[in-house]
Amino acid sequence: MINDVNLNYLSPEIAMVALAIIIILGDLVIKNRQLLTLITFAGLLVPVMLTINLWGTTGESFNGALVVDQFALFFKFLVMFAVFIVILSSQDYLHRFTRYTGEYYGLILLSAAGMMLVAGTRELISMYLALELTTFSIVALAAFLKTKESTESAIKYLVLSAVTSAVMLYGIVLVFGLTGSTHFHGIAEWIGNSNVSSTSLILDSGTLGDGAIGFIGFLFILAGFGFKVATVPFHMWVPDVYEGAPTPITAYLSVASKAAGFAILLRVLYEVFQPIQPDWQLLIAVLAVISMFTGNLLAIVQSNIKRLLGYSTIAHAGYILIGVTVGNTLGQSGVLFYLAVYTITNLGAFASVIVISNLTNSEKTSDFIGIGRVAIFPAIVLTIALISLTGAPPTAGFIGKVYLFNAAVQSDYTWLAIVGVVNSVISAYYYWKVIRIMYQSSGASTDTSGDPNGNRVSASMNISLGIALVGILILGIAPDWILGFVENAVAIVQTTYPTA
Amino acid sequence: MIDFMPNLNHFLTLSAILFTIGLFGALTKRNLIVILMSVEIMLNGINIALVAFANYTIVAISGHVFALFVITVAAAEVAIGLALIIAVFRTRDTIDLRNINLLKW
Repeated sequence: MINDVNLNYLSPEIAMVALAIIIILGDLVIKNRQLLTLITFAGLLVPVMLTINLWGTTGESFNGALVVDQFALFFKFLVMFAVFIVILSSQDYLHRFTRYTGEYYGLILLSAAGMMLVAGTRELISMYLALELTTFSIVALAAFLKTKESTESAIKYLVLSAVTSAVMLYGIVLVFGLTGSTHFHGIAEWIGNSNVSSTSLILDSGTLGDGAIGFIGFLFILAGFGFKVATVPFHMWVPDVYEGAPTPITAYLSVASKAAGFAILLRVLYEVFQPIQPDWQLLIAVLAVISMFTGNLLAIVQSNIKRLLGYSTIAHAGYILIGVTVGNTLGQSGVLFYLAVYTITNLGAFASVIVISNLTNSEKTSDFIGIGRVAIFPAIVLTIALISLTGAPPTAGFIGKVYLFNAAVQSDYTWLAIVGVVNSVISAYYYWKVIRIMYQSSGASTDTSGDPNGNRVSASMNISLGIALVGILILGIAPDWILGFVENAVAIVQTTYPTA
Repeated sequence: MIDFMPNLNHFLTLSAILFTIGLFGALTKRNLIVILMSVEIMLNGINIALVAFANYTIVAISGHVFALFVITVAAAEVAIGLALIIAVFRTRDTIDLRNINLLKW
């Protein structure tokens, strides 16, 4: 057992951390920022290659703490893709803190390493550490502008995440104390053997029985995950942090951090707590419904585009939770596919927000009037991205939603699918309002286009906009290849109950 | 008096009390440093439960190791927290949460 160490399985994360250290140290000697960016992009190829190298392998290492399977690798690719686009679209934003370019890249890479570990862990200690690594790096990044708003958002994120992760830790400790194992399969085995039925869990003859303690622990852990993926009772941080943080970091937080949260949520629910599924299925469904309604209804009244996208994130966490509730192969692969769709769509939306708010010097949606004529390409990308977020064809969001709702209908959760459709209609109102404002003609406001500040759109910005646009359309028109891919990935998660 | 032997329940009760005190402090206090201290109390309460579980019920070293990791994470959290508090103080000359209210709705 003790020499069960296969560094090959950990190689993408090692490469990621090494790259982060190289960038931070290189920042001390390299004065040319462009060169530093180039090194980051070149270095990013190493973890990508190492992940491709692991493709097809399935196995455990570090005494079962680290697992490599299609599921983990899917999320690793997703996180690295998000890092690539985020760094690409940071180029027009970096002039606000040029001095700290190295630290900026380094922290992004470190939190990416944390997210990749979250996706590939099967043990509670490493799960906790990986989640904290992710959070702390993002907290530091959120404060990077050092303005009042930026520091305020960072301190709010830090305090709330510290409290929630302490609650989650208490749940982990209760589960650990009860089952005597920190390994997912050990806990699952204990739950399977202890024949805790769904009724004995909560009412154990008046006293707090094993089942009750375990269920409290489970609820606490769920609260921690709820915070990471921004579902409703734990969503209070989202709009504030999204508004205050630098826009590329908001994009990063909204896609990569959420993907990692859903990866670990799926793994914990379906590898550890599968035996007590009847106890939590309805709970997750309720969380999904209130997340969708809260996110969409509160987004209607927002005037700041980042805040609006923040509330839309909460609503999308609700849509994805539909797939988590359903939970069979169809539901789980729906979750993975929707996360891929959502990642590329949101990255496109935030990239165009960076360009447009550089032009207008404002993040208010009302200041976007007439921008469709001035910044043609970013406005088109934002339009397509918002259509995709609404879930209209021919974009990726349409396929993602159809897939999720179909999974719900097939498993007798038709009411959940109906709620989802109703919410998509509500969301169309505020998404399309932004589109309408962009293409409105209003003589007075187009004057802002003459603003000399950051009027030029850099090439890397255009590349990231282009990638997002192509991605949204490809996933919307020809999604077959990635659908096969995600179905493969979840099939592996469901069948493995490892032997050692 | 001497033959009082603490058992697992005593430690778990102590841990739950500390955790609750910390949670209450973190949710009600207005000073950022006091909030960070409250979070530390929560984490230390958790540590007591971890070590007690590892000691009394299960022959597993994971509990002790976990407690060490939690201490490390808590230290990292305080480091980044204090740095942020300085950054907040520089921009607005206060660390009172009631005055840190630029972002709302």
